[in-house]
Amino acid sequence: MDWTVIPKNLGFLFEGLIVSFQLAGLTLALALPLGSIIALGRLSSRKWIYYLTSAFVHGLRANPLLLIVFWFYFLVPIIIGRPIGDFTSVLIAFVVFYSAYFAEIVRSGIQSVGRGQIWAGYSIGLTYFQTMRYIILPPALRRMVPLLVTQTIILFQGTTVAFIIGLKEFLHRTSLVSERTLKSFELYIFAAVVYLVICYSGSFLSRRLEVKQ
Amino acid sequence: MVEREIPEHGFPLHCRFSRIQLIMGIDYDFRWSLLWEDPYGGWLIDALLVTVHLALLSWLFALAIGIVIAVFRVSPVKWLRIIGTSYVEVLRNIPFLVQLFFWYFAVPTLLPRAWMLWWNQLPSANYWTAVVALSIYTSTRVTEQIRSGIHATPNGQYQAGLSIGLSYPQMYRYVILPYAIRVMIPSMTSEFLTIFKNTAFAMVITVPEITFTAKRIENWTFQGIEAYTFASLVYVLTTFSVIAFMGWVERRLHIPGMIKKE
Repeated sequence: MDWTVIPKNLGFLFEGLIVSFQLAGLTLALALPLGSIIALGRLSSRKWIYYLTSAFVHGLRANPLLLIVFWFYFLVPIIIGRPIGDFTSVLIAFVVFYSAYFAEIVRSGIQSVGRGQIWAGYSIGLTYFQTMRYIILPPALRRMVPLLVTQTIILFQGTTVAFIIGLKEFLHRTSLVSERTLKSFELYIFAAVVYLVICYSGSFLSRRLEVKQ
Repeated sequence: MVEREIPEHGFPLHCRFSRIQLIMGIDYDFRWSLLWEDPYGGWLIDALLVTVHLALLSWLFALAIGIVIAVFRVSPVKWLRIIGTSYVEVLRNIPFLVQLFFWYFAVPTLLPRAWMLWWNQLPSANYWTAVVALSIYTSTRVTEQIRSGIHATPNGQYQAGLSIGLSYPQMYRYVILPYAIRVMIPSMTSEFLTIFKNTAFAMVITVPEITFTAKRIENWTFQGIEAYTFASLVYVLTTFSVIAFMGWVERRLHIPGMIKKE
């Protein structure tokens, strides 16, 4: 056991943690709005919009994240005709993949409000968007928050998948240092503790929010 | 892209309608026959088998561990509850890949040298590491599902069972389990689907399952779309058929008087 390997490489590892946070933050910022739009599609009364968005959601949820990352890593350069960076490619894959999960959370949140409230909104003369904005979304969002926090933790854990195409996030840097120093036990324990602290604080927060309601 | 000569009489039949012009004028030559050509067809069949038994084996172990930890979590003994809770909280807050690397790279370095050499030269060391990591990770989720299944059984059922003179094992066998197992069918189905998707992670330690093989075919031939389509279809079709089958099982075993699944 030689724990000095961690302070020696702390700066290098920390940069990777920043990449992980950037990836998770950008994915959240883009996938949540996209997921909300898809959720509205899943609640639409127009059949073709409903079937299209349902196929999107079910298709993505049935596939592993790794495979989706490979799909986009392969497809995006072919479609746009030039190579794109690892980070962009993973980001696109993550946004598409997690939007399906966020869509289901938003949909169940909206459905939990109940049909009567929508009718009430319409009957006092509000438009669709006004009903959504003033009547449906405020209670729906409040109900969704704990689930969204949980999903964000899963998303943060998912950033480790970017390892597979060589993005230098936290886990990748840990494995690089461990290959160089052969101190794999210390380094993976350190990585596990870092993720544990971050994700446990997240789930603690989510539970607190749930109790409050 | 692999350059291939166009035969003088035009394209062979299998790709006559397959040369498509994608956006921005990039060509991609579809070659679906690749999926059953030698050696790729054989690889894919092997990969399918590996994925299926990796998922089934890990799921069985996860169930076994999950039941034990769930009993810990609802036990009246305080320190057993603490062990159960810490097990779940620690393991589900560490990303699966970190756990997999820990079992694969870190744990063998702790073993005595002779054991480590023996373990590392085993041809299936990566497969068994994947089984261990998958079953431990999934057991935390199974534990939570079983715990909520146990909590879903009303207290009156236990009392009723005991008061008509059943012994404890009889009470569990005839009153609690028939109820709790049926309540847990949907969540156990979704856990199986999760573990089936999570087997894809085993590719990072070179277990030749379906995602690994699709990537390998892409590396060899550049025909990524065909290989990934096959892999995606495997996951999607498995998911839908498992859901359909378990829905049928659930309807067959439905308890009269409870809210029916339409």
